[in-house]
Amino acid sequence: MHPAFFYLLSFVAIAAALAMVTQRHPLPAAFALVLSFLGLAGVYALLVAPLMAILQILVYAGAIMALVVFVIMLLNVRDEDLPREPGMPWQLGAGFAVGGVFFAMMVDVLSKYNSSPVTVSELSRAYGTSATGEPLFGGIATVGQVLFLKYTFPFEVISVLLTVAVVGVVVLAKRRI
Amino acid sequence: MIPTHHFLIVSAALFSIGLAGFIGRRNLFIIFMSVELMLNGVNLSFLAFARHLGDLGGHVFTFLVIALAAAEAAIGLAIVILIFKNAGAAAQSDALSVDQYQALKH
Repeated sequence: MHPAFFYLLSFVAIAAALAMVTQRHPLPAAFALVLSFLGLAGVYALLVAPLMAILQILVYAGAIMALVVFVIMLLNVRDEDLPREPGMPWQLGAGFAVGGVFFAMMVDVLSKYNSSPVTVSELSRAYGTSATGEPLFGGIATVGQVLFLKYTFPFEVISVLLTVAVVGVVVLAKRRI
Repeated sequence: MIPTHHFLIVSAALFSIGLAGFIGRRNLFIIFMSVELMLNGVNLSFLAFARHLGDLGGHVFTFLVIALAAAEAAIGLAIVILIFKNAGAAAQSDALSVDQYQALKH
């Protein structure tokens, strides 16, 4: 793995995110966000998280953003539906000022995290390797084991949350039940 | 070998851009997508720490955050559609503005 891949992919993710917040119409913003998520999926793959990279593409860039684009197209958003944002450069500039202060604080804290990470060979020793010698860390088998053995309760809570969300959407969408 | 704090700085940048969009914009869809971007920034730092420590807990929580974002997208978009229809029935322009949220008070 060449380090240039990381910088290229994270540049794509950040540039597309910046393009997303500055668009006036939500449809190009949604496409920019899809591009940002695809770049992030590549970064996940570099972090030895193949399952999460695939889920990022399938669920985030695929399902959730397809739903967003579908709703934007369903509503047939015209130019007069968009909020008039005469002060948008100022407001967004103020937003970036707040975000910049937050970013500076986080960089100051996070850049102390420069101890050396666990090496790939140690990951392979702890979680095993596939027949082709790839580490099993972050694959379906290892993540599934941790999810169902150690984090069973959060998993069940999230299933209740999804049920509540489905019921809530039906209540919102249907005026009379 | 890319040091862990480079991943963490990218995640902080994504979170900050999402925060700026959330504060600075008035379009319902953009605000919604800014929240998604902030969730993704957090996901990236979960995965960076999982890789750094060799612990799969970060992957599990990324999975849970993705499920949470799916639930949030379903409910959030349903509310956006309702607000849009409500403002459209009142023949108001800028139907996608955050100001339309005051319709939820009644």
